[in-house]
Amino acid sequence: MLRKKECVAMLLAGGQGSRLYALTSNIAKPAVAFGSKYRIIDFPLSNCINSGIDTVGVLTQYQPLVLNEYIGNGQPWDLDRTFGGVHILSPYEAKKDTSWYKGTANAIYQNIRFMKMYDPEYVLILSGDHIYKMDYDKMLEAHKETGADCTIACMEVPIKEASRFGILNTNSDGSIYEFEEKPSKPKSNLASMGIYIFTASKLFKYLELDEADPKSEKDFGKNVLPAMLEAGEKMYSYRFEGYWKDVGTIASLWEANMDLLGTVPNFELMDEDRVIYSRSPLAPPTFIEGEVVNSLIATGGEIEGKIINSVIGTNCVIEKGAVVKDCVLMGNSTVKSGAKLNYAIVDEDVTIGENAVVGAPRDEACKTESKTGGIAVLGRGITVGKNGKVPAGEIVDKNV
Amino acid sequence: MASTVGVIFSSLNEENIPELTKMRSVGSIPYGGRYRLVDFALSNMVNSGITTVGMITKNNYQSLMDHLGSGKYWDLARKEGGLILLPPYSGVSETLYKNRLEALKGATAFLKKAKEDFVVLADSDAVYKLDYSKVIEFHQQKNADITMIYHEHEVKKSHYYMTFDTDVEGRITGLEINPSSTGIKKNYINVMVARTSFLLRLIQNAIQHGYTSFGKDILSPGVNTLNMYGYKLDGYYANIDSLASYFKSNLDLLNKNIRTEIFGDRDVYTKVNDSAPAKFTSTAKVKNSLISDGCLIEGTVENCILFRGVKIGKGSVVKNCILLTEDIVGENCNLAYVVSDKDSVIRNNRVLAGCELQPYFINKGSLI
Repeated sequence: MLRKKECVAMLLAGGQGSRLYALTSNIAKPAVAFGSKYRIIDFPLSNCINSGIDTVGVLTQYQPLVLNEYIGNGQPWDLDRTFGGVHILSPYEAKKDTSWYKGTANAIYQNIRFMKMYDPEYVLILSGDHIYKMDYDKMLEAHKETGADCTIACMEVPIKEASRFGILNTNSDGSIYEFEEKPSKPKSNLASMGIYIFTASKLFKYLELDEADPKSEKDFGKNVLPAMLEAGEKMYSYRFEGYWKDVGTIASLWEANMDLLGTVPNFELMDEDRVIYSRSPLAPPTFIEGEVVNSLIATGGEIEGKIINSVIGTNCVIEKGAVVKDCVLMGNSTVKSGAKLNYAIVDEDVTIGENAVVGAPRDEACKTESKTGGIAVLGRGITVGKNGKVPAGEIVDKNV
Repeated sequence: MASTVGVIFSSLNEENIPELTKMRSVGSIPYGGRYRLVDFALSNMVNSGITTVGMITKNNYQSLMDHLGSGKYWDLARKEGGLILLPPYSGVSETLYKNRLEALKGATAFLKKAKEDFVVLADSDAVYKLDYSKVIEFHQQKNADITMIYHEHEVKKSHYYMTFDTDVEGRITGLEINPSSTGIKKNYINVMVARTSFLLRLIQNAIQHGYTSFGKDILSPGVNTLNMYGYKLDGYYANIDSLASYFKSNLDLLNKNIRTEIFGDRDVYTKVNDSAPAKFTSTAKVKNSLISDGCLIEGTVENCILFRGVKIGKGSVVKNCILLTEDIVGENCNLAYVVSDKDSVIRNNRVLAGCELQPYFINKGSLI
């Protein structure tokens, strides 16, 4: 029997995510916890399986321990397959040269042999730092229909934010005539989402060309896509409508968590048609004694304090008299009695002592000058002592 | 621990709780928000280092199989051993087993194949924590033929049960089936340990003599002829033998000490689902309740166990209720002492109430 896969996905998960500061000191950005019980990588992985793509290479480089542990054999995403499934692809040593991944394009280039094992017609390139639900199969259909060599998923963004993205300038049929990476004066507001489908043979060809070019930065947005366009390859845009959020900054990560709240949330997780899969921890249901308003809570919690407008991860203990408002708690954290948390992101395994005060009420905190827009950030594993104080907008990665 | 194989009876004592076993075996009765009763028997074994478990099933085991799958969630999807389903009709018998002894006969092929020296037999209608490695140690120390696990509590007269006395050494001296006296006694919890070869001899002997009852024909006379010892189960024990005890033992989990004892320092393994985290809207009021993943709470919930995916509408007040997976309670309902099986829908403005000893029961998939 012919063993091949029509489409193989390659997920770029090696980035450091330096704008998440303490949250990514020890773990790669795609492994950052999100939405009570998920990690960011659950979204692209679930999208893959929900789109019928069962072969995914996950390219890791920066602090891969948590990510590797988490993905394991891929079983939670139904990606444990005899042929295909999820594979961690870390940089490796070769006879001629050892090499860390030097850029997005180089990372994919180094794994051409992996892709070729499945003899794919198409390759889907994904990044591991976005929250969204998308049917990649529809995009693949569009790619086939237009006969494109490369299709780039895009969506409209507010024009003032456009210079943060790769911007596509397109003809009326959706074909791309110009690609600008983070332009200072964007001509359109059509932003690339960092999701590409390539016809495999073209991808391999241009990756090899790019690799041979000493001047190239080995980046898809800066080098490979412009080179293909210049060579006259057929490049099309694919418009995505729906929720999509880059969670590369503290503020956007906080916002994306808040987008899950409410009866009709901006982003719906309770969606039976597009389930987001995750490696669910073994924990009993959450016990609730206190007050919980407009919040999400994962399993294993012991909640005796007050929780307002917050997203609470697995196995969190909120003691009596503690108040947690406008916060994201990523999991395994304890907030002792009398502690007050406002407008903060608390990483996993954090202990907040009795009567400690973290952050400031949101309307106040927003006005403070800080890298995080006023959000207090507590890094993984730290302890805020009894009566300890963490001001609004502060990033803390040591015990206080 | 000495090498040990487990055998779980997933279908005995169904008649005690007909409401919840119409469509499922005792072992797959949902419990505690996200578990099935069999999870407790299985997790006790797995946490004691047992890696081969035979699961004796009867007629209605579809729901159980759906829950157990390959056994991977209990770490029992193994190349050697692991979880092995023992469906009826797999032995020599051509009829469905009627009692424990006949069920065991069906498991002889499995036990003969087992290389483990010891065997643990356990029912699946109870919630407790037990480390079998300690039981086996005790069993070896006493050079016992059979070690029976007991829990001390007031005898319940509602159904078949067994009590016994022990001497200071733990040796069983008198064993009674359905005794007429009352009070706190050593109640056998239908969990026992023996050498695998010894148990096989007992079964063989029972077949030859045409015995019909494990309790009456083997254990009861065994007090005089065998080395039988009692091992005390300390701590929490709940036998789910009626709707009232089902109700009570679920709500027991709202007690922090019990919750910590059952879930605290070890995992209770169960099938993992992919529900979203529980969501509480701005109108939610929750007190003293266990809330599972996938719940959407817009109303008032007090002293309740809510299973996965339960929805409580605006203006509804739900107190002292156990609502199973995917139950939907509409708006402005008032529910008290209700046990609702899975997938039921309670329409807007309904008022339903039972009482502690007689909870109002709603069948699976009902529309009220």
